[in-house]
Amino acid sequence: MADDQQIVVEKPAPGEIIAPGYTFGTITDQISSVVLTRKTPLFWFAAFGFGGSLLMLFLLAVTVLMAKGVGIWGIRTPVMWGFAITNFVWWIGIGHAGTLISAILLLLNQRWRNSINRFAEAMTLFAVACAGMFPLLHMGRPWLFYWMLPYPNTMAIEPQFRSPLVWDVFAVSTYATVSLLFWFVGLMPDLGTLRDRTKNPIGRAIYGILAMGWRGSARHWSVYETASLLLAGIATPLVLSVHTVVSFDFTIAIVPGWHSTFFPPYFVAGAIYSGFAMVLALAIPLRSVYGLQGLITDKHLDNCGKIMLATGWIVAYAYMLEVFGAWYGGNTYEQAAFWHRMTGPYAFEYWSLVACNIVAPQFLWFKRVRSSPVLLFISSIVVLAGMWLERFMIIVSSLAQDFLPSSWAIFRGTRWDWATYLGTIGLFLFLFFLFVRALPMISIFEVRTLLPQAKVSKEAKS
Amino acid sequence: MSAHGIYGVMAEFDSPSALVSATRAARAKGYRKLDAFSPFPIEELTDALHLHKNKLPLIVLAGGIIGGLTGFFLQYWIAVVYFPLNIAGRPLNSWPSFIIITFELTILFASLSAVLGMMALCGLPMPYHPVFNVPRFSAASRNRFFLCIEAADPLFDPAKTSEFLGTLEPKEVSEVAN
Repeated sequence: MADDQQIVVEKPAPGEIIAPGYTFGTITDQISSVVLTRKTPLFWFAAFGFGGSLLMLFLLAVTVLMAKGVGIWGIRTPVMWGFAITNFVWWIGIGHAGTLISAILLLLNQRWRNSINRFAEAMTLFAVACAGMFPLLHMGRPWLFYWMLPYPNTMAIEPQFRSPLVWDVFAVSTYATVSLLFWFVGLMPDLGTLRDRTKNPIGRAIYGILAMGWRGSARHWSVYETASLLLAGIATPLVLSVHTVVSFDFTIAIVPGWHSTFFPPYFVAGAIYSGFAMVLALAIPLRSVYGLQGLITDKHLDNCGKIMLATGWIVAYAYMLEVFGAWYGGNTYEQAAFWHRMTGPYAFEYWSLVACNIVAPQFLWFKRVRSSPVLLFISSIVVLAGMWLERFMIIVSSLAQDFLPSSWAIFRGTRWDWATYLGTIGLFLFLFFLFVRALPMISIFEVRTLLPQAKVSKEAKS
Repeated sequence: MSAHGIYGVMAEFDSPSALVSATRAARAKGYRKLDAFSPFPIEELTDALHLHKNKLPLIVLAGGIIGGLTGFFLQYWIAVVYFPLNIAGRPLNSWPSFIIITFELTILFASLSAVLGMMALCGLPMPYHPVFNVPRFSAASRNRFFLCIEAADPLFDPAKTSEFLGTLEPKEVSEVAN
């Protein structure tokens, strides 16, 4: 066919988002070939194998946990939250960028998001799955998780709705459900494309069932567009609320270093910060392995870098405000908590997080750094590490040294803490690379709308 | 389905502009039972087909209200009626602490009704549809644009309608078997 020309990877023309030379056909072929091709790049096997190995480690750690109990972790009085809640907050935060890209940037009409929203939403789903592991495992008896839900029972117990931990159950499960729905609705037209393009009868049956008979009818598109906008409008307050509710787990308590009113915006900004770092850490290798530089262009990476810089500054402001508030508030315990953070047993972690989250991202001011995928990749990993340290610092250092010096104790992660944490990274990579292999990682139909030829000419409009 | 034994006739186009012009021409000719198929949403098609506003926002609003009421009264009933706990004489109906779960269930019900409502309004899942009988139709999810005039239309006549579609400069006109 005439439009099956070679794809030329050039810089997009001014005002355009993707590289010139694409047609509806070549976009479809390039994105769907990642899934439908028989040849899988070595990188995929390496990444999937690496994720799978860490997943095995996770299964081992969970098995030992089930056999011996949560004592295999380093959690002891007073630090009963340790790694489990640190990792929970870290993973939930990473998920936030996916919803931000798919919902908030849709409402703001940022059309460049069309190239990155699909895999960012998948990232959200898998990050929430990893996050969910920790409160469940931390319960000690995860098989009784349904006790957290209000259901008729003979035990005469019901959830305490005045507790932020119960709010969390509702916030996170709603977030997981809505993210799944949003992701699936976005996939439907592309599943139809895969159904029509695959030559494998089993694949056709599976994609066909999942596409639910989508046929691209104009009547369907008009309802579909309404549904997307409404879902985006619903998901926007939701994503802002989820990390707010997570931050309530801390702020509602009176522990020094936790009990402050600015935690909600501080947590949401930190979530978006780490989430965009994860988007970059995934997008940069994927686009070079699958040759998608024409769709996920340098401009996309540049924009993500700018968002990281902006949210990084919000986080930096929060750090400063936190310290200022402790000093200006005049509360002895609050002041002591911050003094302990900076000079106490966790001083190394504190100054590392300042270096990772405040100092290192300042390189993103330079256009040259933002236009170099390698440097962006490195800075995104630095930010991910920094945000993990931040969660660790908030949770562990506040609990380790609170009001009464006689009850102080230092927490250090055991090897099983580390095995569980690394294990969820394995779970994440495993699920993510399964997704890359089985479903289109870029939204095909939304990228088609970015083409100049997708615009209807003036004569046809009248 | 109809006296003609077929579902309709379908014309294939290779650009969104051609499809929109053809749809307008078919509407102007008096055809009403017609549908257009495209690989991505085209705003102008919605106008050309005179698709009125759909009921989805209303469904979502209703879902959200039901969710909010469910969320609040679930907590109210448990905290006040079913399982009252007197903690230091604080009020049982401590509504400020019920706000978050009320909000979350509003969101949950609203988004479930958005997705289920969208599927219901579209008639999905639909395991069989005659348009897939046209072999070329698989390109509707890739790079081709189709206009189908259904046999259920009062003006429909297999020969005349095909002839009319032929005047709209399509790439191909084919009959859609039932």
